[in-house]
Amino acid sequence: MNLLEIKDLKVRVDGREILKGINLEINTGEAHSIMGPNGSGKSTLAQVLARRETYEVTGGEVLFKGKNLLELKAEDAACEGLFLAFQYPVEIPGISNAYFLRSALNAIRKYRGEDEMDAMDFLPLMREKLKLLDMNETLMNRSVNESFSGGEKKRNEILQMAVLQPKLAILDETDSGLDIDALRVVAQGVNAMRSPDRAILVVTHYQRLLNYIVPDRVHVLVDGRIVRSGGPELALELEEKGYATAETGARSAIPTPA
Amino acid sequence: MATASQTAQNYVEAFGQIVKYGRDREPPWLQTLRQGGFDRFSATGFPTTRDEDWRFTNISAIVQTNFQLNRNGHRLPTKRQVESYRIAGTVCQLTFVDGRFLPQLSSLATLPKGVTVAGLAAQLASDPQQVEPCLGRYLNTQCDPFAALNTAFLEDGGFVHIAKNIVLEEPIHLLFVSTAHETPTMSHPRNLIVVEEGSQATIIEEYVSLGGVPALCNTATELIAGDSAVVSHYMIEREDVETFNVSTLRMEQGRNANIASHSALIGGALVRNNVHPVLAGEGGECLINGLFIGNGSQQLDNYMLVEHAQPHCSSRQFYNGILDGSAHGVFHGRIVVHKDAQKTDAKQINRNLLLSDQAQIDTKPQLEIYADDVKCTHGATIGQIEENPLFYLRSRGIDEAAARRLLLLAFASECLERMKEGPARNHVEMLIHAHLLNLVNSSVGSNRAAHQTEGRRNLEEVG
Repeated sequence: MNLLEIKDLKVRVDGREILKGINLEINTGEAHSIMGPNGSGKSTLAQVLARRETYEVTGGEVLFKGKNLLELKAEDAACEGLFLAFQYPVEIPGISNAYFLRSALNAIRKYRGEDEMDAMDFLPLMREKLKLLDMNETLMNRSVNESFSGGEKKRNEILQMAVLQPKLAILDETDSGLDIDALRVVAQGVNAMRSPDRAILVVTHYQRLLNYIVPDRVHVLVDGRIVRSGGPELALELEEKGYATAETGARSAIPTPA
Repeated sequence: MATASQTAQNYVEAFGQIVKYGRDREPPWLQTLRQGGFDRFSATGFPTTRDEDWRFTNISAIVQTNFQLNRNGHRLPTKRQVESYRIAGTVCQLTFVDGRFLPQLSSLATLPKGVTVAGLAAQLASDPQQVEPCLGRYLNTQCDPFAALNTAFLEDGGFVHIAKNIVLEEPIHLLFVSTAHETPTMSHPRNLIVVEEGSQATIIEEYVSLGGVPALCNTATELIAGDSAVVSHYMIEREDVETFNVSTLRMEQGRNANIASHSALIGGALVRNNVHPVLAGEGGECLINGLFIGNGSQQLDNYMLVEHAQPHCSSRQFYNGILDGSAHGVFHGRIVVHKDAQKTDAKQINRNLLLSDQAQIDTKPQLEIYADDVKCTHGATIGQIEENPLFYLRSRGIDEAAARRLLLLAFASECLERMKEGPARNHVEMLIHAHLLNLVNSSVGSNRAAHQTEGRRNLEEVG
């Protein structure tokens, strides 16, 4: 079944058109990757899907689980099962990481009509997921992301994903700034979550992460449009030949007016 | 509303009553102290915004109201009403109704030897020698008309005396209740807290109200911490929005004494919170920590005067303000380092969050340094709830109101975490949590209302 269906999505930021008609379908059980150079609109797409209101949608529609995603608030999209691992996770001084995570889980549980979890019930769940991501429990008593290293921040995003168990996880440049060991741990955390009733969308500039999280489909985003789609081999090709070829290839596919 | 001369006459008459009543009952030194306070107040009158120390707060609402002393007609709260204000874990609770100590509504447990807790009036009647050396000796009536007025009308309040080398872990709770009357009433509670050498104590002053009629509570506290004494003082203002509260906390610190003053202002129509420590012995440490949260048309004015009089002392001021609606906050942080106070280390930070376009904050540091080897820093910030953390929380399923509340709580926690863990902090935390929940909920409603009025206004203009 179609978990996510994007039809001709157009988005403007500060009066400039960033997304110029995106079409994409993702089914449950699949992993997709969107690759593209800087400034192609990858992060804009990720943020729009997570329902950041500062972006102006000027056309098209997005269905998530058959519902109009663009009418949902950010919190409702999250409760419906959409998760964005941020490219730049936000520091929130004064709120402990554990409290934040439990509040998020309980908000989602409440939305689904489930009982809230108290601190005692939450602890074993948290510990299990911490272990999966090779994270130190002391990070949970610190303020959210505050003075975390780059790697700790990214792991913290995947930890949240592992606890919140979304239907669709969007990873925005999760590989950036990670050394190879951290990258493996993060990828392992993501792979542990792959399942037939969940889908993953990996947004990345580099092919590196895709060695570990192997996608079913790869899409190339250039200048606000998906110019090519293919299997995992496309990522390797891009790595070799660069985005320019992908773009030229796409352009030449459009018949030039006589 | 009354004219200024009418209200001046009003204070003259009220003072006449007090003097007449005290003539045969009070020791001469007290009568002299009282008269001195009134003379000073008569000479200066109420401050205006032309006075530098009052430039951000217009008190004409206080000046123009004929407040009456309420010396007999107390409508007493019930035991149950008072019970609801009890704080778990305190060693005793003294209840004052419109400034008057009521033993029947208080709970005075057996206190350790060397600890005296009583009503000031009762103490003056039974053992004035313990009061005389300190009362009125520290409060500055020359610079502050409200302190002068308080001295003129002082009759009752809390009296706490801790003898040498006693550690009292549980807090002492002084609860001040304003009650409803037909006409506006005033009270002038006066507290005297003496913690002798090497002792340790925690005092909670809490102001609440049970009425809806304008009242003026003009309170003053003299807190004397002997050498190496450790004292925590909490000022909690949560009266209703008809009440004017002016409070002055004057602290005198001995050698190596360590004082923490914590203020939590969440109630009152117009609140002026004066905190005035004097580090009068070498090696003293002073923490001045405060949180003020205003909405509606509340005015919350914090005036700090930190005096370093001796070398090697450190003071830390941290005040956080959250202002919504058309609330107006003030932080005036004055640090005076006297000539001899070398190696002073004074720091001041005021951080503010404005939650609406109409909310306002005036923040003003004022450093007067007469010594040459000191370290003084100050800083102030004014901001709003940031979009990035808000979106981050919402993207994890936390709804907007809850996310805002969490972020406000995080901001408030900076102050809460400076309080020592224990009953006093638990109490303040509980009040702040509940208050922020209300603030966020009412803010969602009032924003909507604001838009509606705007709509109406536009219609009127068109019509």
